Amino acid sequence: MGMTMTQKILANHAGLDHVNAGQLIEADLDLVLGNDITTPPAVKEFAKTGINEVFDRNKVAIVPDHFTPNKDIKSAEQCKMIREFARDKGIVNYFEQGEPGMGIEHVILPENGLVVPGAAIIGADSHTCTYGALGAFATGVGSTDMACAMATGKTWFRIPEAISFVLKNSLRSPVSGKDLILHIIGMIGVDGALYKSMEFSGEGVASLTMDDRFTIANMAIEAGAKNGIFPVDERTLDYISEYATERYDAGDYKVYEADDDAVYERVIEIDLAEVKLTVAFPHLPENAKVVGTFDRVNIDQAVIGSCTNGRVSDMREAARILKGKRVAKGVRCIILPGSQRVYLQCLREGLLEIFVEAGAVVSAPTCGPCLGGHMGILASGEKCVSTTNRNFVGRMGHVDSEVYLASPVVAAASAINGYICAPDK
Amino acid sequence: MKAKGKVFKYGANVDTDVIIPARYLNQSDPQELAKHCMEDIDNTFVDRVSKGDMIVSGPNFGCGSSREHAPVAIKASGISCVIAPSFARIFFRNSINIGLPIMECAQAAEGIGDGHEVEADFDTGLITDLTTGESWQAQPFPDFIKKIIEKDGLLGYIADENVQGR
Ligand code: SF4
Repeated sequence: MGMTMTQKILANHAGLDHVNAGQLIEADLDLVLGNDITTPPAVKEFAKTGINEVFDRNKVAIVPDHFTPNKDIKSAEQCKMIREFARDKGIVNYFEQGEPGMGIEHVILPENGLVVPGAAIIGADSHTCTYGALGAFATGVGSTDMACAMATGKTWFRIPEAISFVLKNSLRSPVSGKDLILHIIGMIGVDGALYKSMEFSGEGVASLTMDDRFTIANMAIEAGAKNGIFPVDERTLDYISEYATERYDAGDYKVYEADDDAVYERVIEIDLAEVKLTVAFPHLPENAKVVGTFDRVNIDQAVIGSCTNGRVSDMREAARILKGKRVAKGVRCIILPGSQRVYLQCLREGLLEIFVEAGAVVSAPTCGPCLGGHMGILASGEKCVSTTNRNFVGRMGHVDSEVYLASPVVAAASAINGYICAPDK
Repeated sequence: MKAKGKVFKYGANVDTDVIIPARYLNQSDPQELAKHCMEDIDNTFVDRVSKGDMIVSGPNFGCGSSREHAPVAIKASGISCVIAPSFARIFFRNSINIGLPIMECAQAAEGIGDGHEVEADFDTGLITDLTTGESWQAQPFPDFIKKIIEKDGLLGYIADENVQGR
């Protein structure tokens, strides 16, 4: 019986020739990640293991990105604790605010060359699944798992079943990867892929940019999936040759392909040319509706950024719509480039100027409002169109506020018009 | 091992943001987290919950973020067991790791009413609604999970089994 791409990566990291869905394995890890919310409990648990050093100083990444720059004293204390831990353990990949490689964890790990095809990665953050875009196995865990993995370099997994998504044709601009993943979650539901892998394939994959793939893999967890994964093609290799140059040159990565007779629980074919601009209504990402098919929704705020849509192509798309326009009166438009690199690129390309002239606020790279942290919290009754990934009750502030998930072009067009709409170009 | 208490019943897809909103994640003390447990789905929970009580919900309980603070808050608020047809995978893993008993049983989750008195036997997997007398059979916990729960979580278990440093 053949294996899926995910199953092959896991088998290899467990030192096994073959694995079956449902099997429990112990796997070696290539990278263990934590942020300023999940690392503090992991540090406390790590101390209880009785082990003094992390398993590999190069294979732990700690990114204070959620409540940073520190929003209050408690957040500052949490960051201080993980900063001291990183220093004490000699953790190489600790990213401090403002450093050139800093930003939101899932934007910067690939940018800093820490993710290569074939790697096995866990992170104490649910959107760790983002790295499947590069053909790696990556999944979210909790703080205790992070602590044990930092100590031993291993963790246990249940080998997942898989759903295959076969993509054909290509997306019709301005439809993007965000619309595709919202469309998919709308189709299968927020537990449609529970415990499973979402494996993408088909000739349509080649037409998706790396940024589209990051956005799609990022939201696999929003369908309950363990991971989302893309095959490795020329675009993937171009990406790692640019961002993980040393490892690329050294051939320090591995390309896995699903077997022809791999077993999938379900095969879903999607014609990319048929996907439309899509918005997920409150309060679940599965409440997907095609733009233009619903009544007018006036908005108070638009947020463009996050680990889902904070990359440079997202910024370019938003700028394309906002150029020479003004954000509607009564609407706050908040733009958060996903990393210092993205920020610098926006600066060089003149995008920041476009944003500011349009009447948008440009923030430092941070998770900020995405999780209701800071930099754009909603009051009761307020509505926000956002390029983030979750629209749960109270996610961005007051329990009576509402978040509508959309792509950067829809968020930007909505900011200009004051209600959720498609761009006119 | 048995748990017994009154039930707080919720619907499908209870996410970790309503279990413990991010605005309280600037610290990780279990007792502090417990003060805000379930706040955005049921702001009377904290005042009404007492030790031993249970949560029964619809499918996909604990979906959303990886915050271990969610099962930690539930456990610290005194909840002895969560029963649902299915759990989100990171929540499932985190609950076991921190020693919060969870049971997957669709029939029980459907049959049990809000406020009912329920008993759950972790050794046999038997769940009994003492208010109606109905009972259901869930999977009993395998031995290693029972030990993790007894040791108050994975780390206590690892320390106890002396398997650290393997
Ligand atoms: S941007 Fe939002 S979803 Fe992404 S890591 Fe930050 S809080 Fe999580």
